[in-house]
Amino acid sequence: MHAKADQRIRVTLTLNGRERSGYAEPRTQLCDFLRHELGATGTHVGCEHGVCGACTVRVDGRASRSCLMLAVQAEGRRLDTVESLAGEEGLSDLQQAFRRHHALQCGFCTAGILMSCEEFLSRVADPSEALVRDMLSGHLCRCTGYTGMVQAVLEVARSRRLATGPDSQQENNDV
Amino acid sequence: MNKFESVRQTGQGKQIGRRQPRVEDDALLQGRGRYADDLAVAPGTLHAAVLRSPHAHARLVDLDASPALAMPGVHAVLTGEDIQRWARPFPVGVRQPMEHWCLAVDKVRYVGEPVAVVMAESRYLAEDALEAIRVEYEILPVAVDTETAIAEEAPLLHEAVGSNVVSERHFRYGDPERAFAEAEHRVSLKVRVPRSSCTPMECYVVLAEYDPASASYDVLSNFQGPYALHSVMARALNVPGNRLRLRTPPDAGGSFGIKQGVFPYVVMMGLAARKAGAPVKWVEDRLEHLQGASSATNRVTEIEAAVTGDGRVTAMRWDQVDDCGAYLRAPEPATFYRMHGNLTGAYAIEHLQVRNRVALTNKTPTGLNRGFGGPQIYFALERLMQRIAVELELDPLEVIRRNLVPSGSFPYRAAAGALLDSGDYPASVEQGVRDGGLDELLARRENARREGRLYGIGYTVAVEPSISNMGYITTAMTPEERRKAGPKNGAVSTATISVGPLGDISAHVSSTPQGQGHRTVVAQVIAEVLGVSLESISVNVELDTGKDAWSIASGNYSSRFSGAVAGAVYQAAVKVRDRLAGIAAAQWQVEAARIRFAEGQVRVEGGELTMPFGRLAGATHWAPGTLPDWEPGGLRETAFWSPPQLEAPDDDDRINSSLCYGFIFDYCGVEIDRITGRVTLDRYVTLHDAGRLLNPDLVDGQVRGAFAQGLGAALMEEFAYGDDGSFQSGTFADYLVPTSVEVPEPLILHRETPSPFTPLGAKGVGEGNNMSTPVCIANAVADALGIADIELPLTPSKVRALIGIDEPPCPQGVGEDQAAPAAGGGSRLTASDSVTLPGSPRVVFDTLLDPETLQAIIPGCHALELTGENAYRADVTVGVGMIRARFDARVALSDLDPPHSLRLSGSGTSAMGSADGSARIRLTEIEDGYTRLDYDYDASVGGKVASVGGRMLQSASRMIIGQIFSRLSLRMGGTAPRLSLWQRFKTLFGRLGGRS
Repeated sequence: MHAKADQRIRVTLTLNGRERSGYAEPRTQLCDFLRHELGATGTHVGCEHGVCGACTVRVDGRASRSCLMLAVQAEGRRLDTVESLAGEEGLSDLQQAFRRHHALQCGFCTAGILMSCEEFLSRVADPSEALVRDMLSGHLCRCTGYTGMVQAVLEVARSRRLATGPDSQQENNDV
Repeated sequence: MNKFESVRQTGQGKQIGRRQPRVEDDALLQGRGRYADDLAVAPGTLHAAVLRSPHAHARLVDLDASPALAMPGVHAVLTGEDIQRWARPFPVGVRQPMEHWCLAVDKVRYVGEPVAVVMAESRYLAEDALEAIRVEYEILPVAVDTETAIAEEAPLLHEAVGSNVVSERHFRYGDPERAFAEAEHRVSLKVRVPRSSCTPMECYVVLAEYDPASASYDVLSNFQGPYALHSVMARALNVPGNRLRLRTPPDAGGSFGIKQGVFPYVVMMGLAARKAGAPVKWVEDRLEHLQGASSATNRVTEIEAAVTGDGRVTAMRWDQVDDCGAYLRAPEPATFYRMHGNLTGAYAIEHLQVRNRVALTNKTPTGLNRGFGGPQIYFALERLMQRIAVELELDPLEVIRRNLVPSGSFPYRAAAGALLDSGDYPASVEQGVRDGGLDELLARRENARREGRLYGIGYTVAVEPSISNMGYITTAMTPEERRKAGPKNGAVSTATISVGPLGDISAHVSSTPQGQGHRTVVAQVIAEVLGVSLESISVNVELDTGKDAWSIASGNYSSRFSGAVAGAVYQAAVKVRDRLAGIAAAQWQVEAARIRFAEGQVRVEGGELTMPFGRLAGATHWAPGTLPDWEPGGLRETAFWSPPQLEAPDDDDRINSSLCYGFIFDYCGVEIDRITGRVTLDRYVTLHDAGRLLNPDLVDGQVRGAFAQGLGAALMEEFAYGDDGSFQSGTFADYLVPTSVEVPEPLILHRETPSPFTPLGAKGVGEGNNMSTPVCIANAVADALGIADIELPLTPSKVRALIGIDEPPCPQGVGEDQAAPAAGGGSRLTASDSVTLPGSPRVVFDTLLDPETLQAIIPGCHALELTGENAYRADVTVGVGMIRARFDARVALSDLDPPHSLRLSGSGTSAMGSADGSARIRLTEIEDGYTRLDYDYDASVGGKVASVGGRMLQSASRMIIGQIFSRLSLRMGGTAPRLSLWQRFKTLFGRLGGRS
């Protein structure tokens, strides 16, 4: 499909389980589309050059920088953002652990970090601290010094393992 | 007895001092925070983009915005002419004939200085239009290096001042000359502290409206204070204070002092809204932020100590030069004076001599940055103490011990005027030694050294000032100037508590938090005093200068929350409690002193009478007629609190620059990799005495965060400038900040000596490790390597140089891509190559001379117009890495020797920098009617474009020039050119390396 630079195109995607659509120019960044067209302002923009990780969302399950994707590239795909994490019963286990371990201060980087952590925990059931730190190193946080996040992720991994039992543990500690 | 103790005795809950999880977190964790860029905007709001100077120093000759205005969606452009008509320069803290406007008016003085603002229907369109504004600059020589800039012959930034030194003050306390004359030893050191920034993850945001009917500005911005700057903004906008309504959003994404620097943009966007006749929104991007927002002040210090034989310091001499960048922006020169009273640190040193000079250079203006002034003085002071130990062959910790302010001498008046409020420094050091395991660390060093490893231990003590005296900045003036201007002192904090008709409690503080959790602590304090649950209290921290209680000291800086703001909250809560106790006492006919508040109930001590809190408080709304005569009804109390200890500087220039002084004792062990030069922290111990801790979890969070930033300043972070003033740290790929793999967990120790001067006995704790950690790590590296001259950041390459390892020469075939520095300070690029083209040399030659061909083969060429014989003006967009710039270029073909050779040369300027160069082209006929075209070019680039680095520039220039000739080939024969051997080689390796 060819479109002119200033032509607005309808983009339809699944955002946090609901079909949503809006208009974007070919050059509109996905993060701008999510925030200003769909109103999902929980995802933040920290650098727009793919380093800080604040804008991380999950695209078809995979943690991705929404500042390095165009809105039109998200057509027809499943997007999950920080707004998807809490349920009817309140904060998710990971969100609660972040609160307990004082893993956030200003909270600006937190949305992206939670999305990376969720993807990581879905792949790695029994991570070492070094592995958690390696995963978190794709994000910048200037408030916390990262300690609380590391503790929170390790604790959630532990409690999810206990909840699912040893049989269902995944065997990919060396991702 | 501290007032706080009296609250405690009444047994009304145990909220203060609890490790209470934050009330802020539920919303933030769900993405429901409301940061400035998340808020709804008025219909018709335009989006602004700022045109910035690509040059460090140039005269503005001409600015033509008409091409930008002609673009679709563009509504207006604000320029220096507009602001001179409507606004005034910002007031400055020293008396000098220099002007700083919110947009450049006569000259640009740093790379990134705002020159114009475009207002358009979207940010995308506004940025497009920036490229169309034509600005003609006359480039001037630069003064970039601090010490060069203060030399006689340096180019002047502000000609009317006659010097780049805009403030010079001399101070003398005690009898330093005599102490130096009598000293057994003198130890001296020269140090430089580089520029850095704590870079909040959220950049600046401003939403501005102008109402012509009332001639007033209404601005929302993530400004952090101090609100003394509200007066600076109002004056610059040329309106009374009440015609600038300044508001803050509910949440802010960090600041660390940096968001003080948004204030010029508040003025700029107010004027932009006025120009556009519509609301304007501006969101700074990261490239703008790193380059042009603000920075910690870099400093050059020569420091000398008079020392006795056993390591006791009797006097010090400080000679300091602060580099505040291109303009002295308020509150500068505060980097000096925030720490002035406590220049002697945690030591009892009686005699002191100081010279402070403020230099202006062609760099971004400086401002608040967490630790403000602290990293600069402690780097000099604590490096000096380490040098004293080395030169006198003493244990460094022993030198520290011998000089500490002794136990039992508090409050202690330091030489330059600080009134150190409380503490026990020697006992704190011994606690740190014991609980941090220093003996074991010393053993680890011994082991490591025995094995031939590079291991060092560093120590630091510091006092951490909090709650700034709003009068400290006047120490920059002479006593005579101060007398003329009138005294300035104090620091007013405010808190308002109201109780609603249903007994619900709302509180407001003007502390504009940036993520620290103030709402949680405010709720804790109120819950304790009024005996209610935390959940029943709602705390609002948005500040609206149009209707809230505030003063010039309002805002989020100088670690003033726990001492001053929480103290004001406590006082407001006590006012509410006392009124309610009076009402209950009258109703129950008992003494008010017997009324107690706990668990949501009000009761009489030792009696049966009890009533729900909500019912008693509700009576002030529902039944004011039932209240005692003195009760006016309604329930809302505002407390204003300013401590009397914060006096104006005296005639001898003594200044109690802060109200509280926490104590810090840090030590660490580092190991240095002999091959890579990487510094690794083995252990970091940090002890804090910050008075009473209101919420230890939040305190530890502050310590960890400041430690991580201190570590970054020690090992990674620097705002680097080229010799031409080009900014070289423009992205997070260039300005490295610590990630989770670089930050270890420090061992945090506490001691609680309440401050006698704050209502709750608390002191600030937010900035200490930004002050202590960089020099502590530097001292450990000095110990490991046995060297005196240490400059931050201690990057691996710098440490390798300190170890004495020369970089080995590049292996053959690698590294020839590095661009050489050009004479002007940018990057110089040279290369040669060849390409085979279909057609005879004559055909190739003629094709090159055809303007249509030229336009078609120059990548990114929008237009090419003939300006003379074989001379053109071209409009070309060039992208290098993530920098894309539209160049206004002159292209010429010369040295024509048909059909054998010619020269293609060009020069261009853009918002992102300048480029010029030329290529010599030779044509040789080869078989089958083909021509070999050999070319060699020599180009140089400067400004922002140069900041992407030589490696990327070389490959980008090679690609762009390669494109020219491949397009030429396609145009001539319709086939892709035959690649030279080298090009084929590059393509192959590029693919193998995963790059296409």
